[in-house]
Amino acid sequence: MEYFLQQLINGVTLGAIYGLIAIGYTMVYGIIGMINFAHGDIFMIGAFIALIAFLALVAIGVTAVPLALFLVLLIAMALTSLYGWTVERFAYRPLRHSFRLAPLISAIGMSIALQNYVQIVQGARVKPLPPLIGGGYTIIDSPVFVVQLSNVQILVVLTTVALMAVFSWIVANTRLGRDMRACEQDLKMASLVGVNVDRTISYTFIIGAALAAVAGIMHLLYYGVVDFYIGFVAGVKAFTAAVLGGIGSLPGAMIGGLLIGLIETFWSAYFSIEYKDVAAFSILVIVLIFLPTGILGRPEIEKV
Amino acid sequence: MAQEGNSTRQRDFAGALKHAALAALIAFGLFSLLVGIRTDTGSGGALELTARYEMLAAFVAVAFIGAFLREFLFAGATFDAASYVPAALRGFAARIAPFLGPAFLIVALAVPIIFYDNRYILDLSIQILTYVMLGWGLNIVVGLAGLLDLGYVAFYAVGAYSYALLAQNFDLSFWICLPLAGILAAFWGILLGFPVLRLRGDYLAIVTLAFGEIIRLVLLNWQSLTGGPNGISSIPRPSFFGLPFNSDEGGFAHTFGLEFSPTHRVVFLYYVILVLALITNAVTIRLRRLPIGRAWEALREDEIACRSLGINTTNTKLTAFAIGAMFGGFAGSFFATRQGFISPESFVFQESALVLAIVVLGGMGSQIGVAIAATVMLGGFEFFREFQQYRMVVFGLAMVAIMIWRPRGLISTRVPSVFLTKEKPVDIALAREEGRG
Repeated sequence: MEYFLQQLINGVTLGAIYGLIAIGYTMVYGIIGMINFAHGDIFMIGAFIALIAFLALVAIGVTAVPLALFLVLLIAMALTSLYGWTVERFAYRPLRHSFRLAPLISAIGMSIALQNYVQIVQGARVKPLPPLIGGGYTIIDSPVFVVQLSNVQILVVLTTVALMAVFSWIVANTRLGRDMRACEQDLKMASLVGVNVDRTISYTFIIGAALAAVAGIMHLLYYGVVDFYIGFVAGVKAFTAAVLGGIGSLPGAMIGGLLIGLIETFWSAYFSIEYKDVAAFSILVIVLIFLPTGILGRPEIEKV
Repeated sequence: MAQEGNSTRQRDFAGALKHAALAALIAFGLFSLLVGIRTDTGSGGALELTARYEMLAAFVAVAFIGAFLREFLFAGATFDAASYVPAALRGFAARIAPFLGPAFLIVALAVPIIFYDNRYILDLSIQILTYVMLGWGLNIVVGLAGLLDLGYVAFYAVGAYSYALLAQNFDLSFWICLPLAGILAAFWGILLGFPVLRLRGDYLAIVTLAFGEIIRLVLLNWQSLTGGPNGISSIPRPSFFGLPFNSDEGGFAHTFGLEFSPTHRVVFLYYVILVLALITNAVTIRLRRLPIGRAWEALREDEIACRSLGINTTNTKLTAFAIGAMFGGFAGSFFATRQGFISPESFVFQESALVLAIVVLGGMGSQIGVAIAATVMLGGFEFFREFQQYRMVVFGLAMVAIMIWRPRGLISTRVPSVFLTKEKPVDIALAREEGRG
């Protein structure tokens, strides 16, 4: 029971990180119907920017952890969204009216380019960061197993919940959110009634990248290491989360992220840690076969 | 950001300067931390920072100058790669096109004779031909049937491990294992394809990617069978109709009264992969003329129309998937016997992306295009070997650039398999525009 509770806590934390990345996939897919294959690498870039920004802040004398973290959050979100914008502007926008598979192939190229770019400029080594936020609470202190809830885990979950709330509010109540929903329903019609489609899509990429940057920071704080390869696996898992929750649906992305995080954690805890990625990828296959619209997704109607 | 400037086709110096300044600012934002600061692991294990101002300045300057030139010199000009080729040259290209295939074949046949003493060229040519074969195999799936398969390397792995395990555990020869490996790969293609082929294009792509990763992870973790990360070594080499390539009596060299040379085996391997690749090509060309091949191409163009005409889309897709997988399996067992050593390292996603890039670059569905693309890409990789890291960035960006400028690949004209009166090439790009809108 104690062991189960501990895994539950770990799984929820991991799921929150996946959920944040999954939002980027689900929004882009909802609006322009493409899988932004480079999104996982945007997440990786966010983690790297956060790491460097934090070290730079320490170097110039900002040592108070809460202040430094807040600044890192702002810097990483700003710079990573710049990456998101640039990728969309140069690799996807010219392909808006190209044939069906062109944007996906372009995204794969972008993903390879970004991964190797980071490898060149920062090296292939794993980059460690000393734990910034120590401490935590002991929930159950039984002689068999000690269940702990660390402060990092609390921070990860609270930040995710707060960001989800802000983001849902933006989508539901602002002009931008209305434009986004309009584009999701019908891109051509939205442009006819005066929605600036290009700008809306740019903002979608910016927001998606900013959330991925936050996920990158969480990943950095939680695991304490980052390398240029984390984007690929995290990206595929977050995409799985988006599909599982129903692609195009924001609460779906969050639910999917949580489920994937839990499945992965429990699989590693009770079965085998070597096959945890196999479990996550198998979920993707199974969901697509038996529940292609996901948990909260709408069925897709093919029109001629 | 270029839209405003594009509408007026005049050279606006101040505007271009402003535009370039903006580009430089964006570049500064992009590269400030990732390029401007280097992190190194210091003596204590903690990271140390080093500023790289010159490099950052160079990146920003390139962005500034690039954006300025683009705005100032080419403002409003739409870039069309085809229009840069003079008409005379295009006419020439059209005239030599029918001879390109035979010319390639003659060169390919002559390589071991010309470069007999150059082991390096021979090895590189074998590698190129392996990728030509993989490209042709994947071309059936992506180019003809229009199914984006991101996990093609899985079938390559199945072929390689099938041969390695069959040869080691049951002592079977390469020539028996080769068809078995192909059949096993095709079987896996059907097994994996059956549940997922109902999916739409890009879902299918992600699922095949997931399958590719699953197979790699299983190979990596199933230590007792596959040796895990250590792979399988000392895989038997092929023999020349039972004559092994060694210096013993009864070996290839002795039987034919030649002096023993390790090059014999390399040349033999070269011709094996050449023949395998040509078989792939021949089968593909024949299949395109059969009803199933036409169904594939129809499916690529419009799935709904296909279904309305009574084509069983699942079976059609499945055959494309299985036949593509089978050729991947052949190439895989060839790879295993050539290397003598295989490990999961050889079957990573990057390999799938490389084969896909070859197909995309060559023009999906064009056989000669794939061969040219494989030669150019692997030749280029070899040529820039010193810049190992940079070449992958260039490779990724090239995929993006090709999609933007030549989405149909370098060879975008394809001879239709059915025509009414006389044979004439069709520009797919034009034909497709109509359908997609």
